[in-house]
Amino acid sequence: MLIMDKAQDVVAPPADTVPAAAVPADAQRLASDTVGDVTAKDAVICVRGGNVFYGDTHALINVSLDIGRNEVIALIGPSGCGKSTFLRCLNRMNDTIESARVKGDFRLDGQDMYARDTDVVMLRARVGMVFQKPNPFPKSIYENVAYGARIHGLAANRAELDDIVYGSLERAGLVDEVKDRLDDPGTGLSGGQQQRLCIARTIAVNPEVILMDEPCSALDPIATARIEDLIDELSEKYAIAIVTHSMQQAARVSNRTAYFHLGRIIEVGPTDKIFTNPAHKLTEDYVTGRFG
Amino acid sequence: MRANDGDDDRARRQLSPEETRRRVDASLRRRYRSEQLFRLYGLGSVCLGVVFLLVLFGTIIGSGYSAFRQGFVRLDVHFDADLIDPDGGRDLDVLSAADYSLLVKAALRELVPEVASRAEKRELNGLVSSGAVFELRDTVMADAQILGQTRSLWLPLSGDVDLWIKARSAGKSGEDMGGKLSANQRAWLERLQADDRIELRFNRTFFTSGDSREPELAGIWGATKGSFFMLLVTLLLSFPLGVAAAIYLEEFARRSWWVDIVEVNINNLAAVPSIVFGLLGLAVFINFFGLPRSAPLVGGLVLTLMTLPVVIIASRAAIKAVPPSVREAALGIGASQMQMVFHHVLPLALPGMLTGAIIGMARALGESAPLLMIGMVAFIVDVPGGPMSPSTALPVQIYLWADSPERAFVARTSAAIMVLLAFLLVMNASAVWLRSRFERRW
Ligand SMILES: Nc1ncnc2c1ncn2[C@@H]1O[C@H](COP(=O)(O)OP(=O)(O)O)[C@@H](O)[C@H]1O
Ligand SMILES: [Mg+2]
Repeated sequence: MLIMDKAQDVVAPPADTVPAAAVPADAQRLASDTVGDVTAKDAVICVRGGNVFYGDTHALINVSLDIGRNEVIALIGPSGCGKSTFLRCLNRMNDTIESARVKGDFRLDGQDMYARDTDVVMLRARVGMVFQKPNPFPKSIYENVAYGARIHGLAANRAELDDIVYGSLERAGLVDEVKDRLDDPGTGLSGGQQQRLCIARTIAVNPEVILMDEPCSALDPIATARIEDLIDELSEKYAIAIVTHSMQQAARVSNRTAYFHLGRIIEVGPTDKIFTNPAHKLTEDYVTGRFG
Repeated sequence: MRANDGDDDRARRQLSPEETRRRVDASLRRRYRSEQLFRLYGLGSVCLGVVFLLVLFGTIIGSGYSAFRQGFVRLDVHFDADLIDPDGGRDLDVLSAADYSLLVKAALRELVPEVASRAEKRELNGLVSSGAVFELRDTVMADAQILGQTRSLWLPLSGDVDLWIKARSAGKSGEDMGGKLSANQRAWLERLQADDRIELRFNRTFFTSGDSREPELAGIWGATKGSFFMLLVTLLLSFPLGVAAAIYLEEFARRSWWVDIVEVNINNLAAVPSIVFGLLGLAVFINFFGLPRSAPLVGGLVLTLMTLPVVIIASRAAIKAVPPSVREAALGIGASQMQMVFHHVLPLALPGMLTGAIIGMARALGESAPLLMIGMVAFIVDVPGGPMSPSTALPVQIYLWADSPERAFVARTSAAIMVLLAFLLVMNASAVWLRSRFERRW
């Protein structure tokens, strides 16, 4: 099928030829144009020398970044700098774009994401994604959350499925608002509720990493605050990478921040350092609001 | 020169607020005028369309409604056991082979005893439709107890008599309409009418029997059933095939030269004149595969070829209209391509697909040219029992009747068109209903 064929385009070294120990040294060279430490201790996702082309457009240039377990990493940068592109590489959503070609070494728990024998369905179950615009299925609230568990066969019976649905809605902080109307359409909720429903849908399949692409950009400040609280709570259990245009949001929710510029990662570092004492001129210009 | 102008100059050239408002005002009036004009054009074209539609319906209904009624004469038929079943064995073969026209003739003679010459007898017997004997036979076959009794029965009048009676009851002189009737016949009919033995009644035959050379015996049921079987074949083949092709092309096929070729060909096929499909069907299904001529199965196959591109194009448009966010959502939590398509895209695209299919079917229903090529234009009296038995179709039946010399077929042609239009209305209404039934808002 389409997705499986795509993997062949990607020139990634087979997993067994690259010894795990060789990666960091290699990474230093590849990531030499990034200021700061791209590595994270206990990394769950490990990207080295990632490049993405849309046809002739080189949208992501030689990026390297780790995402650690239990950390929230914020990806910031001006529009069109490749944040979404980077995020979509991490669960291979770029496979759906026919012109997109991905090169480089993308690893989840040391396993090459783009290897021929990697199952993209499995990968996406482990790396969940929340999109910019809330996109619940045009189905009932219950079905929205249950869908992932259903297709992955997580529940043996209706009772287990109920547990998964209630548990996920609970963790997404939505259960009190919807428990009396689980059969109503998910699309009938407010924008903020829809986005939390999408988060519940994502955590219902117990991913290890959650990717969020500007999850609050379509929401009002109160709904945004609720999502930010939620991200805080979720960070105890999941690794989270969040793209945001709001510097305040990045500062509030993240431990680390990566600054993207024209397809490159310019600087990576602890969030407070990026915002208070950036090392790179471009980063400083951006966080001080001089441009972007 | 301009470049040398200072910022001051440029500021001075700016419009004053009053001037701005004046210009906006003027342009506004222009805008409203063109808007109004456009609305008038629109209204005009809608009215024109409605007028044409009314004229169409008016003429068809005006000339066709009389076919729904048929002239009948009440005869006191004596079921003479000696004539019908001389042995008294009540054997069905004997009963069905008997000459029932003798009963009709006898009953007529009773009413008009003065006829003597053979010519007059022929004139008298010509009043009643030759189909009356079948009715008598069916009555006897259904219940043999009737033998030996006398019953008062309503039997159909022949086509020309029917026309004459309808013309008279419509207040016309009847002379010109009944040009084929002799003076004797007219006199007898007037007498029968005075006796209350002649009546216009609902024409059941028209809805229950197949084609016939006699207008008063000709019905639409054979063609309707033929059309029904054909559409059934077309629907069962073109919908699943078309939807599957659309899904494959939209969701699974990767861009490549042969997909492009397939696409171009599908679009071209949708524009191919339908008679070409008839020729194709003749060559492939009848000459090569040896399927029977005039069979609704072959008609359905030909119409499938014709409808398939329409269904594919409509289905692809419906799939394209599914918002990408739904696909992303499904893929994002680990649905496979297949699950994404069947759980999310297909349910959302289904109303559009159904609408496309039904519109394609409606077009197929009205199609006659390709059916002429595969022998469905034959004169077939029997009502088809299945998709393999010879039959004709509604539009072909209309064509055949419109081509008939008998004047009584004029009204029947229009009546058949009404039946066809009713069919189409039902199909389109079901398309609307299905759409609203399956449509989900998101
Ligand atoms: N589907 C696509 N096809 C072609 N070019 C794309 C596509 N998606 C993104 N791009 C290009 O890639 C670059 C990075 O885009 P993106 O990752 O969406 O930026 P960001 O999310 O940081 O705003 C942009 O220049 C954009 O035009
Ligand atoms: Mg983006």
